[in-house]
Amino acid sequence: MSVLVAGRRAVPRKYVPVLVTACLFAAMFAAGGLRYDSFATGQVVLNVFIDNAFLLVVAVGMTFVILTGGIDLSVGAVVALSTMISASLVTDQGWPSPAVIPLVLAIGAALGWAMGCIIHYFEIQPFIVTLAGMFLARGLCYTIGTDSISITDETYTALAQARVDLPGGMSVSPSVVIALVVVLVAAYVLHYTRLGRNVYATGGSEQSALLMGLPVARTKIAVYTISGFCSALGGVLLSLYMLSGYGLHAVGMELDAIAAVVIGGTLLTGGSGYLLGTVLGVLVLGLIQTIISFEGTLSSWWTKIFIGLLLLVFILLQRLISVRRRT
Amino acid sequence: MNAVLRHRLLWPAVVLAALLLTNLLFTGTFFAVQMRDGHLYGSLIDIVRFGAPLILVALGMTLVIATGGIDLSVGSVVSISGALACLRISGMDDQNTVSGVVAAAGLGLVLSLALGVWNGLLVAGVGIQPIIATLILMVAGRGLAQLITDGQIITVNSGPYKLIGGGYWLTLPFGIIIVLAVLALTAVLTRRLALGLLIESVGGNAEASRLAGIRSRGVIIAVYTFAALCAGVAGLMISSNVSSADGNNAGLWIELDAILAVVIGGTSLAGGRFSLGGTVLGALIIQTLTTTIYSIGVPPETTLLFKALVVTVVCLLQSPAFREKAFHRRRRPVTAPPAAEEKVRVPA
Repeated sequence: MSVLVAGRRAVPRKYVPVLVTACLFAAMFAAGGLRYDSFATGQVVLNVFIDNAFLLVVAVGMTFVILTGGIDLSVGAVVALSTMISASLVTDQGWPSPAVIPLVLAIGAALGWAMGCIIHYFEIQPFIVTLAGMFLARGLCYTIGTDSISITDETYTALAQARVDLPGGMSVSPSVVIALVVVLVAAYVLHYTRLGRNVYATGGSEQSALLMGLPVARTKIAVYTISGFCSALGGVLLSLYMLSGYGLHAVGMELDAIAAVVIGGTLLTGGSGYLLGTVLGVLVLGLIQTIISFEGTLSSWWTKIFIGLLLLVFILLQRLISVRRRT
Repeated sequence: MNAVLRHRLLWPAVVLAALLLTNLLFTGTFFAVQMRDGHLYGSLIDIVRFGAPLILVALGMTLVIATGGIDLSVGSVVSISGALACLRISGMDDQNTVSGVVAAAGLGLVLSLALGVWNGLLVAGVGIQPIIATLILMVAGRGLAQLITDGQIITVNSGPYKLIGGGYWLTLPFGIIIVLAVLALTAVLTRRLALGLLIESVGGNAEASRLAGIRSRGVIIAVYTFAALCAGVAGLMISSNVSSADGNNAGLWIELDAILAVVIGGTSLAGGRFSLGGTVLGALIIQTLTTTIYSIGVPPETTLLFKALVVTVVCLLQSPAFREKAFHRRRRPVTAPPAAEEKVRVPA
């Protein structure tokens, strides 16, 4: 039915946004390679992964939520809360890290679960519930402490400094491996399990899903729990990356995560989009940062303007290509 | 009595009253309004005065949300308009000339207007999802504001400019008069003319309203322009109140407070209907909350927790589902909450 021809193979229309994002990412990478020396290497791409592993994990959780037509503004604050709890328990209280990490993950999931319950059972808009969740999590950070707490625990520092060697002299951090495992598991859940089907169905039309007898309540609560869990995991990865806990970590990360999901071609109205798109979205955001760091001489305000412009160019191109393909 | 109990603004009003009464318990003279030097003074006046920028931004946001959109860029527009006006004034030989200040303020507003048209074109013309379209300006706009101020905080020493956010006129703070004027204008435009209906129909279904002969694109561009203009005025107020422009921090996160105010006021983020009175109530609740935090002495570390608590309570009280479950009220016969509205997203 809705099939269009690209090259020789027919590409179903539903893959077009993801494909466009992928092509534009490649074009951006090529442009960077032409402009800067030593840009077009595999390690640059891997560094994008290393610097954005936590964002990738958070964005995966956000994808689940947005696919059901919801939104989760609390993720940045939950990330910060996770770093704060980890740091204060490990450094100040001297807890062993194998006990701290599961506890942090459980707290994140519990917060997400609670927000999901309020959203579903009391029919309050997700935007507002998760905004309140954001205030709550940031507030909890400040009640733990207003200063940055550094982490000196051996397990944390060892994990932070460890590198997984890849062929060709390249390497990634363990965080990247964890993030990729999360992506793979999430992709499996979304496309090969009942929960995944329910997520897409709920996002497509909650009413129809309900009438079909799908467990809408369970699905909606599950996606916010997943998002809370992913945010907490993102927080653990961020505390490995920063080796500190601070209430002002990850300010505005929710917007980065939402931007990554949307750049990846997922509709905010729900029901349509792919996890691969989200991965590409995170890579695009990371590549923009990399280009700026290669540019080097930008002042902080030109950096912001430049990020905005690149985002604009990207979205415009994506939009133009998709529209032309459709006609 | 029943009509009062079922009024959709009942619960926000109850919360506002509760917050004000809490203040009264801690400060006995909280409700006192005095006349001093021909100006009205008092905590109630202060709440409206300091809440004026938020009310303005939230009014603009209401119309944007009514079309099913959202505008994240208002905070940046706030800082840009204040920065441009202050830059212009600081470059004048005599900062106290009224014509010069009017020109500077006008310049800030014209730029805000242009930014609003830009947002509207991205949403309605190009068809980008509003949250992303305005995210671009939110990020780049902060940079633009810092570019205008060159990363510094510009201070001005101008009597006429100080009037906008800090002065008095006809015994009232000038900011309150601006808010009343904008509110009256918006109310007349949307509730006495067909414009409000058009906005709501575009929010209900942009494609259907286009087929019905409404210029959806024009309406959408108009509401984003209006939102940016409101934000521009708010930016003038904020920078005038402190006689300086801070590109980095002016209006930071005001977009979230504005959206919160709109939603507390009973406007659905799905679009299709809106309540201006509700928005004003919502903004007043948020400002009263800030005042309450100071007056009852909540420690600064826990202010956000307190805010989260109040927001949750307001939203729960407003939710019919919660009230039914919590208070075991009888099911209302006809006015059951409408089912989740089927929204078909079409490129406008």
